[in-house]
Amino acid sequence: MTKEPVKLLDDEGLTFLTCMQCGTCTGSCPSGRYTSLNTRRIVLSARRNKDVYHDKDLWMCTTCYQCQERCPRGINIVDGILALRTESVHMGLMLPDHRKVAGLVIEKGHAVPINDTNRDKRKKLGMDELPETVHKYPDALDQVKKLLIATGFVQLVKDTEGKEKEGGQ
Amino acid sequence: MKPVSLFLGCIIPNRYPGIEKATKLVLDGLGIDWTDLAGASCCPAPGVFRSFDKVTWLTLAARNIVLSEQMNRDVLTICNGCFGSLTDANHELKHDQGLARQVNKHLAEVDMKYNGSVEVRHIIEFLSKEIGPGTIKETIKHQLDLKVALHYGCHLIKPSKERDLGTVENPVFFDELVEALGAQSIDYEDKMACCGAGGGVRSALLDTSLEMAEAKLQHIAEAGVDCIVNACPFCHLQLDFGQVEIKDKFGHEYNIPVLHYSQLLAIAMGHSPEEVGVDLNFITDAQFIDRLRG
Repeated sequence: MTKEPVKLLDDEGLTFLTCMQCGTCTGSCPSGRYTSLNTRRIVLSARRNKDVYHDKDLWMCTTCYQCQERCPRGINIVDGILALRTESVHMGLMLPDHRKVAGLVIEKGHAVPINDTNRDKRKKLGMDELPETVHKYPDALDQVKKLLIATGFVQLVKDTEGKEKEGGQ
Repeated sequence: MKPVSLFLGCIIPNRYPGIEKATKLVLDGLGIDWTDLAGASCCPAPGVFRSFDKVTWLTLAARNIVLSEQMNRDVLTICNGCFGSLTDANHELKHDQGLARQVNKHLAEVDMKYNGSVEVRHIIEFLSKEIGPGTIKETIKHQLDLKVALHYGCHLIKPSKERDLGTVENPVFFDELVEALGAQSIDYEDKMACCGAGGGVRSALLDTSLEMAEAKLQHIAEAGVDCIVNACPFCHLQLDFGQVEIKDKFGHEYNIPVLHYSQLLAIAMGHSPEEVGVDLNFITDAQFIDRLRG
């Protein structure tokens, strides 16, 4: 069941209701200079319980936290955006490129796994070809895989396949 | 100071291994008690995974922290993303027993338990607080006569509620570490602005992400510096490889060399630029590399 934004943010202790729409967030946003992201509008829509889950602007935030740091009402804006994104993903909306990154962690335990070019760079530097991470320890990778199944993440990523069109993304 | 385990993350070992090597040389050179955090995974990436599912994000982060708890060592990160993810996750789990219980239920599947007994550190705040610019100045072998554009990156200092690093508008602790090496930290417009890579923006909306990076590069070019110095491999990738992408996509050329602070410090401690992989960047400049030699 999808939660309404006000209820969702309230449950997370992240209410947007004290926002006075001063626009400091939007004025501080590095992404908003180049994209349609208008943080003030997202906060307004969320507190009016409008459907912000389908708003593609949610994904233009680099999570730099500048808006949150400067908010005169001390609203945890970025934490709220992350919570709204999560609800959106649980509705089945995940950008295709993000699904690829998720798939890499599910398969390799790294969002940016090693490749041949960088194996060579490591050798050139006199280092082991593989770092001391899950790349070198199959048992450790198995733990990560087990955990990603246990938390339901593997299923979540699977469930979002082919749903982009419904989400208008 | 508590012994540390070195958390590599993804981009450093798998894209810029010179930063990994430089960090290890620096830790040895400063006599810091460190060891590899063997078997660690992706932190996981804060912008993407934290956006997808909170408990999954916390569980993978907790597993990495538990590996360090098992050695009774603090976790030392070299990346703002890893620092942000692990330090924020550690903070949430220490302060929310309900979440810690959920995470421990999952960790039990792999015979692990999160205890909340260690801290997460970032190499820059670690060097600043535990070693200090004065000691670093006395330790180095040669001064670096460079004009540097410093890039703190976002998650080293923000969200500030979970850090203890002072002002986020005009921090100086990183500048002091760079100036300890004889270099000059040059002020530039919008110095504290984001590089544009985080939050899953680079992975899903590359052109937008590069526009933000280019704004940063323009301001840095206007300031007339020899190089950029950063604290994070994702910012490093965005500002180094990003210059190649910006040239391809928008036709603008910058050619500004980019170094992680670990590399700059290792060089000042007497290691060659090649030893720490400065020549393995996408933007390379033979004249600049020669200037780094002692």
